Amino acid sequence: MLDIKGLKVKLEEEDKAILKGVDLHVDAGSVHAIMGPNGSGKSTLSYVLSGRDGYEVTGGSATLDGADLLDLEPEERAAAGLFLAFQYPVEIPGVGNMTFLRTALNAQRKARGEEEVSAAEFLKLIRAKAKTLHIDADMLKRPVNVGFSGGEKKRNEILQMAVLEPKMCILDETDSGLDVDAMKLVAEGVNALRDEGRGFLVITHYQRLLDHIAPDVVHIMADGRIVKTGGPDLALEVEKNGYADILAEVA
Amino acid sequence: MALPARREAAQAFADGLSLPKGGWAGPARTAALARLVESGLPFRRDEYWRYTDPAPLLAEAPHVADDTAASAFEALERVRLVFRGGVFDAEASDDPKAAGVELLSRAGGSDIHWARETYGTLEARGQTPVARPLAALNTALAPEGVLIRATKPNATPVELIYHVEPGASEVFLHHVVRLDPGASLTLLETGTAAGRGNTVLEVDIAEGATFHHLRTQGGDPARQVVSHVFARLGREARFRSFTLTAGGALSRNESVIELAGEDGSAHVAGVAMGGKGVSQDDTVFITHDAERCESRQVFKKVLRKGMTGVFQGKILVKQGAQKTDGYQISQALLLDDDASFLAKPELEIYADDVQCSHGSTSGAIDETALYYLRSRGVPKAEAEHLLVQAFLAEALAEIADPALAEAVLGRLTDGLAELR
Repeated sequence: MLDIKGLKVKLEEEDKAILKGVDLHVDAGSVHAIMGPNGSGKSTLSYVLSGRDGYEVTGGSATLDGADLLDLEPEERAAAGLFLAFQYPVEIPGVGNMTFLRTALNAQRKARGEEEVSAAEFLKLIRAKAKTLHIDADMLKRPVNVGFSGGEKKRNEILQMAVLEPKMCILDETDSGLDVDAMKLVAEGVNALRDEGRGFLVITHYQRLLDHIAPDVVHIMADGRIVKTGGPDLALEVEKNGYADILAEVA
Repeated sequence: MALPARREAAQAFADGLSLPKGGWAGPARTAALARLVESGLPFRRDEYWRYTDPAPLLAEAPHVADDTAASAFEALERVRLVFRGGVFDAEASDDPKAAGVELLSRAGGSDIHWARETYGTLEARGQTPVARPLAALNTALAPEGVLIRATKPNATPVELIYHVEPGASEVFLHHVVRLDPGASLTLLETGTAAGRGNTVLEVDIAEGATFHHLRTQGGDPARQVVSHVFARLGREARFRSFTLTAGGALSRNESVIELAGEDGSAHVAGVAMGGKGVSQDDTVFITHDAERCESRQVFKKVLRKGMTGVFQGKILVKQGAQKTDGYQISQALLLDDDASFLAKPELEIYADDVQCSHGSTSGAIDETALYYLRSRGVPKAEAEHLLVQAFLAEALAEIADPALAEAVLGRLTDGLAELR
């Protein structure tokens, strides 16, 4: 599934290396978590994979089921099955949430040579998915993320994920700004999507999200590299002792 | 040029004109010509013409192709009146009489007519504090136009459909609409009248009456439009005007609105779009002269490669016009670096208990929103289109009638597709 080899990235505007050789492999059906201190490059990794402007790849590769992600436009990456749940979902005044979702779904289907979904079919689909995430009709009608609370924004990200059914899901600090109940709801949404054909990469600062979304593999990222990889216990160790011990150990 | 010299030039210009003769309209035409001579022809150094050079409007009118696009309002029930090169085409039109519409060319020759009180009157009132010589020129010269007196609510909408006639490169049309108390009327204008179309619309809206005005201006790359809407609103009267401009070489659309009775409401809105060689100007002057009136100006422009968009909007609140609620917004979306937007929002307030706000912005498309949409699989062009539509939404919302809004949205979507 997702295969990242020796990925090196610098900022486009200044001579500052952010990723200094990231190696990561996520198989279909598995959940990987990336933890790490602030500024270690976790969010940059998610942006570079999804195709955000402002970064320059200086080495390495990233493929999804063999497709060279770095060579694709953001929309082509999405159509290839990649999805990023944003840390800060973007507000788009004037574009209705439903219109947005249907446009996105049909654009992806079209790109993959599949038939577009009719308005009636889409309505049925979205109602069912929205219900499980406690998203009401009003939230679907409002402009994308405008006036949404922090929790509503994150639930809306998961709703998009549920509707678009990507192969590879990256969650960038989806737990930030959420209270315990909201986090449970989001985690349930994610867990409902777990299956053999789908991979997850969960980026987080804290163990608590991983209590709800149990990872198979945990990576620690520091200074632009994956410095340690282990099982779920590694996250517990971070929670208990912080990053200092691990960083000292690998240094 | 100093004013006396300009007056002489205007006099010489006026001497060369021949006015339609006779009837009740005769004195109004003569008076209008005198106003034109008094103010002089417009020129670049006028504060009022600083952003749009009037010189092309005084040069020889261009020859343009006819609009082939069907009317945006095809799906609506309405009375269609067709003008070809400014001349009424009876065969292509519905019966104007059945809709209570008279033609200026026929009615203007009689001795008495209700339109006498209005023709040139609102235009003349609109000459202060800012002179509008091209409107005076229209009053003096226009041989044709419609005279509509609406007497009851929910009259069938009237559409004026303009077509180009090869022999007529410059066309003057002067329309007069009077709404009796409680009456309502929707007036639609579509197409290109000529290489240069100069239209004046005078609307007198009595107590409790409602007037809706919507127009789409044709897109021939050489065509010029000079339009003036003069409206006077009585107590509790409603006025809404929306203009869609897509393309053309030069469009100067002026609206002069007077809220003369309490609790009146006037909304003027527009969407403009275009690319290289397109110059589009909305100039609006709204006077609040009574208590508790509301006015809104909402203008949005989508500017591509080298297009210039202009907005000059003023709200004047006279002494005693307490509880005025005035709003004005003009925004431009610059899709290319070489497009430009020039805005002059003005407020002049002589009452102390009023609420007036105004804003003007220009900027590129929101890159973060674009990335967000693309990351969900929406291709770049489609994502841009969604964001442009979102940008225009506030102006479109000013069209209160859903069927009319849909008709305009259809035309607008076509215009945006051509812009890409």
